[in-house]
Amino acid sequence: MIEINLTDKHVLITGASRGIGAACAKSFAAAGAILYLNGRDSDKLNALCAELSEEYGVNCHALPFDVSKADDVKQGFQQLFKLTKKLDVLVNNAGILDDALVGMVTPQQVENTFATNTHSVIYCSQYAARLMQRSGGGSIVNVASIIGRVGNVGQAVYGGSKAAVIGITLSLSKELAATNVRVNAVAPGFIDTDMTKQLTPEKYQERVNSIAMGRVGTASNVADTVLFLASDLSVYVTGQVIGVDGGMLI
Amino acid sequence: MMAAEKLKQAFVKSLAVPESVITDSLEYNSIKEWDSTAHMILIAELEDVFDVMLDTDDIIDMSSYAKAKEILRKYDIDC
Repeated sequence: MIEINLTDKHVLITGASRGIGAACAKSFAAAGAILYLNGRDSDKLNALCAELSEEYGVNCHALPFDVSKADDVKQGFQQLFKLTKKLDVLVNNAGILDDALVGMVTPQQVENTFATNTHSVIYCSQYAARLMQRSGGGSIVNVASIIGRVGNVGQAVYGGSKAAVIGITLSLSKELAATNVRVNAVAPGFIDTDMTKQLTPEKYQERVNSIAMGRVGTASNVADTVLFLASDLSVYVTGQVIGVDGGMLI
Repeated sequence: MMAAEKLKQAFVKSLAVPESVITDSLEYNSIKEWDSTAHMILIAELEDVFDVMLDTDDIIDMSSYAKAKEILRKYDIDC
């Protein structure tokens, strides 16, 4: 069995306090990485850091800031710079889901969703890429969505924000390749997280029925793919979007 | 090395130009060597040399050698 070892690798994960972000934090901790966990709830982040440090013996730092605000990202990265001059991996995972049929979408929904899901990817990547370039390269993994690839009823805003993440991934991969910074994305399908629990039981079952593998994915299924893209196992992979969806059709 | 000399050498190295080219009047895009790619290489060099992380706004504002001095003063680096 191939074991991924990220000992001494510095990894920043946004939206790390729950769901896919927390699962990524656990996977990277198991691989021995030095973790910087971002979110807005510092109590949750500190608790997760304490748990991971105890279980895996890794260094873990809570880095609370709001990824949707450029100034907050700037301050967050200044703080990261004080802690370490180095960054090997950035996982742009922070995201929100706020569905509505297009006739009922408010400007606030559009602004909030794009700020958190899309703008944050640009803001964080621009600082992260500079840190990575200083030490000869790195890996940026963006968490997109199957909805950003194929769309869905009631998800024009969410789907648009995630399609943009895919566009950012493709462009950044080209721009940063020369400096050995790889940029890829995962596109999760229907994953068992707090976000998907917002669905009605009927909608939930309808979604499960559309998955070829016949089951909902887990956050750790996504985290494993993120870990692969962050590791040297994917050292010649850039500009790719990997579906983690069990063969879901929408 | 004094900060002023470090700054000059950072420009020489990043833009790959002779020292004589580096004057206060040197502006971004005024010579072919200082294009957008070289600008990002320069930023990385400045961050390395002075051990700072520059704001994105400062990267965009760094439109001349004189302006670089002014921006670095914000980071307590007097060139």
